[in-house]
Amino acid sequence: MSILSMRDIHAGYGGANILNGVSIDIEAHEIGVIIGPNGAGKSTTLKALFGLLTVSEGSVTFDGADITNDNPETLVRRGLSFVPQEFNVFPTLSVRENLEMGAYVRRDDFRPLIEKIFEYFPPLRDKHRQPAGELSGGQRQMVAIGRALMMEPKLLLLDEPTAGLSPRYMGEILERVIAINESGVGILMVEQNARQALAIAHKGFVLAGGRNSFTGTGQALLDNPEVAESFLGGGAH
Amino acid sequence: MEDVGLLAAMPINEIVFFINKVVIAGLIIGSVYALAAVGMTLVSGILRFANFAHGDIMTLGAFVAFVLTMLMPGLGAMVGLPTAFVVMPLAMVVTAAVTIFLDKRFYAPLRTVGYKPITLVIASFGVMLMLQGVIRLFFGTAPRQMYVTAKDIYRVPFGGRDIIVTEPQLLLIVFTIVSVVALHLFLTRSRTGKAMRAMSDNADLARISGISTGHVVRTTWIIAGSLAAAAGTLLAMDVSLKPDLSFNLLLPIVAAMIVGGVGQPYGAISGGLLVGFTETLSVFNWAILLRPLKPHLPEWLEIPANLAFVPTEYKLVVPFFILVAVLIWRPHGIFKGRVL
Repeated sequence: MSILSMRDIHAGYGGANILNGVSIDIEAHEIGVIIGPNGAGKSTTLKALFGLLTVSEGSVTFDGADITNDNPETLVRRGLSFVPQEFNVFPTLSVRENLEMGAYVRRDDFRPLIEKIFEYFPPLRDKHRQPAGELSGGQRQMVAIGRALMMEPKLLLLDEPTAGLSPRYMGEILERVIAINESGVGILMVEQNARQALAIAHKGFVLAGGRNSFTGTGQALLDNPEVAESFLGGGAH
Repeated sequence: MEDVGLLAAMPINEIVFFINKVVIAGLIIGSVYALAAVGMTLVSGILRFANFAHGDIMTLGAFVAFVLTMLMPGLGAMVGLPTAFVVMPLAMVVTAAVTIFLDKRFYAPLRTVGYKPITLVIASFGVMLMLQGVIRLFFGTAPRQMYVTAKDIYRVPFGGRDIIVTEPQLLLIVFTIVSVVALHLFLTRSRTGKAMRAMSDNADLARISGISTGHVVRTTWIIAGSLAAAAGTLLAMDVSLKPDLSFNLLLPIVAAMIVGGVGQPYGAISGGLLVGFTETLSVFNWAILLRPLKPHLPEWLEIPANLAFVPTEYKLVVPFFILVAVLIWRPHGIFKGRVL
């Protein structure tokens, strides 16, 4: 059974809808990747899913429950975590405090989990007392993903985790995403670097104009000449 | 050496006068500003608007303490402290409850609809005027005394002269130190304190992390309201209680908050002390310190009778000047805060 299923979602920021019928299905433990041109509604899809804007039509089911328009606090408790693209750390809080904030709703001892996150992202261990705002872009991204993992989510939503990163960090972050997924966490991410992202995806969703235009396995989308032509910057391999 | 002669002839009278008029007085008024500004800056950081009713929350807290004092005047004598100080914790609780009520009734509805911060600032002017009206309605405009008995005055001998501190001043200084330490521990050690800093940093991300923003907002009002009540009560104990007790302090408090960087509690504390000391240094008559140096100064130099930078009655221009200067040269404050 799919862990997440969005059915024919319509949503927007008050005015005209940006999403005009987006459907997404992810099985537990899968990596799903959303690609598409600017303004296609990729980030909006994640925000609508996470209750940050109102879904006017359609439904979202997560882990067997209807979560359409639930607020973020409820969703976090249900096992859904979201890493926004920008402003995704608390700049004046230390790295450790950022991670603690990710576990705000937990009442148990989560210190072992902080250790686990330092194992995923070793550079954070040495800098755990440093304000997150002083870190490099790549390390900030690690803090942001680490914060989202503190709830031990079933599904992690990532909005362009590699945006603005140097190629070195880009590869490192994608590698970590695979490792996180292998530990049993489902991933749904939006990516600009469509080729690299589809290469690691179990499932890909191509959005255009606020609706699905192609859906398939990552490999199938990479091999689809139409997708390559329109969304992957030409068929040149 | 010339210097040795100068030291031997240390003008003790003048130095003690300076300590009383500038150091003690600056510490007192600076502590009041600090206690008030720290609450205002926490509210500004988390709710993104300057709450101009904050000054009158202080007055309200002082009046609550006054009423409680009148209800149980004998309470202080039992523990050897002024009654107003003994009932102050209760006044802080009542004032905190009032601020939460004011937020629910006036600010929260505007926030949920998503109005811009400036709308909330204007609303806070309305709340300010309303509070002033309500206080005058019940208590009139006459000044009142918070003390049931006479104020204790402590004299610390210093080279034959006395450094003078009154009991309410001493209580104010002790209370300020204790509350600053407590606030520091709360903000850096407790789960809710860290969540407050997180929300001040990035409210959207706080929500995404599952932080209960309603809980954080309530806590912020409780801290701001109770510290304001304490500052108002302690100030009224030092001077006297009037309905315009702290409305006139609004400008220096806002200056302290902005100097320290909006949203920065440590900045607000240092900003409060900075504004307080600058005020007392500006109105101090420097001629008094220069007069003993007269024999060492050239003949032609006349020391004027009054050498204060600012006449006492224009004291309010000092924080105003600081405010303008900071906004021009360091709009983020000394501790990098946000621009409102």
